Amino acid sequence: MVDLSVKIGSFEMTNPVMPASGTFSPEMEQVMDINRLGATLTKTISRELRDGNPPPRVAEVECGMINCIGLPGKGIEYFLENQIPDYLRFSPPLIVSITSTIHEDFAAMAREVTVPGVKALEINISCPTRDPNGGNFALHADETAETVRLVRAATDLPIFVKLSPNAGDIVSIARAAEEAGADALTVANTILSMRIDTHSFRPSLGHKVGGMSGPAVKPIILRMVYQISKAVSIPIIGCGGIVKAEDVVEYMLAGASAVQVGYASFRNPTAMVSIIEDLEEWCDKRGIARVADLTGAVQDDMETDTYIAAAAGI
Amino acid sequence: MESTVFAARPHVVGTENTVDQAPAAPVEEILTTVLANDSINDEYKHLIVTASPKALTAKPGQFFHWLCPSPDEGDLWLRRPQSIYVVDKERQRLEFLYKCVGRGTNGAATLKPGDTFNMVGPLGVGFSMEPGWKNVVVLGRGVGLATLAPISQLIAENGIGATVILSARSPDLAMSGDLFEKAGAEVITVTDTDGTSAVENVEAIIEQRVADNRADAFFTCGSNRLFMLMKRLGKKHNVPGQVAMEQIMACGLGPCYVCVRTFEIDGVKTLKRVCIEGPVFDMQEAMGW
Repeated sequence: MVDLSVKIGSFEMTNPVMPASGTFSPEMEQVMDINRLGATLTKTISRELRDGNPPPRVAEVECGMINCIGLPGKGIEYFLENQIPDYLRFSPPLIVSITSTIHEDFAAMAREVTVPGVKALEINISCPTRDPNGGNFALHADETAETVRLVRAATDLPIFVKLSPNAGDIVSIARAAEEAGADALTVANTILSMRIDTHSFRPSLGHKVGGMSGPAVKPIILRMVYQISKAVSIPIIGCGGIVKAEDVVEYMLAGASAVQVGYASFRNPTAMVSIIEDLEEWCDKRGIARVADLTGAVQDDMETDTYIAAAAGI
Repeated sequence: MESTVFAARPHVVGTENTVDQAPAAPVEEILTTVLANDSINDEYKHLIVTASPKALTAKPGQFFHWLCPSPDEGDLWLRRPQSIYVVDKERQRLEFLYKCVGRGTNGAATLKPGDTFNMVGPLGVGFSMEPGWKNVVVLGRGVGLATLAPISQLIAENGIGATVILSARSPDLAMSGDLFEKAGAEVITVTDTDGTSAVENVEAIIEQRVADNRADAFFTCGSNRLFMLMKRLGKKHNVPGQVAMEQIMACGLGPCYVCVRTFEIDGVKTLKRVCIEGPVFDMQEAMGW
């Protein structure tokens, strides 16, 4: 028997796997048993009704995809009235993702979605196609701190801050979020990128640029989780290119307490459940009784003397 | 132990030893076996695969999301939606008629009998027939002819008569006529080569069916020009209609909001997802094919 349960601070999960925001909805019950997940996580909610960006909204690239959905949604009132009850049909704890282009409104939204049944908030300050001063606050430490500080004052729920891999120095942003009162960090959002169609000479995405995800980004985001985990003491949720149980193990070794899966569910719609099952089997075969013990367990005391390292065989 | 395989548990069609992760769910990821994948003309191929009981619940107008093999040295990273051509419950098979246009469909074109092929489905909202309809008009062109083909199963099951207008560049590209003829429909082929596919000619054919009281509903797919014609005639004569739509797609199940198209309902424009709110939509609400 393997104990798959993990904690993100006070937030408890029966296993470390949850969906990445924007890749999941209760509509996934068409194909999977949602109750198997460690947590459920909503698509990012905005205050107003948003149509999102002009299509095409996705482009296939080597080892992944680029999206420019543009945070469409029916607004916070519709969300509270209709979508929260829909999510609460399922047993995993519910995390609500919110966003705004104004710091004060971020806090007001946090207050408004702090309702029975919601167990944590993920604040999306890192939508890659937004302006650094208007919603993509995670590009700057001061903007990040201001949002987190105001949201912290507005709710008692655990706050998970979703960071941007597009920041110049993500470690300093992580520190700023921690100091401002974040309970955990989601590392990370998608990487700003582009594709141009060589037949039409036009960008492949309607928004011209978008956020890249999928296996191609995993080594990059894994490095960020590793560096951030050395710099902060709050838990980290790893998010980027996970398609199999070993990817979860890697993220946990690097310092993550839990993970989010996005792209993989597009390729294989029950990927999250398969990953949970494979993770249990992986731990069982390795004699690892508690998956939580993997967090930060990377053995990184590498030989620093190049001659000694190069004297050894491979 | 280091595995490079994607975590997935597709239901292997025809085997008892794969576990259905969510028996209550109407959709599943299946590993089918290819029985045939033959070219029917220069552009289209006809794929026949084995199907699971869940896959065989597919309704006309629904689609499957293909995980296509690569046509080149690279890999494919997103699935490709493909409408159903025939659901053969008796022989437990699914048939698809597809046009080879990009890396996905050109990859599918490499499939040989005996190969396995991964698909997710059945997905989306298909065509529907209302009680009281006695005669309908079906108008399609190009890839739309494959998508409209399963309407032949619907009219046969419901004892409905149909006028089916197949529009194509040349007679060899006018597909699906045999399926509709077997279902008792009147099939009219119009082509660019003999000039009969001109909008005025098609309009005259439809107007005649309306005048003869043989147009209780309209169905179309495959051409914006023909869609606009049918929408106009539907509005003019108050004939309800359904249109099957396309869009670049990612998840196929609803959550990602990639595959939106514009619709106008009571004068208000709105976006709907082709994967879960379609692919079949009300013809008067659609803005273009």
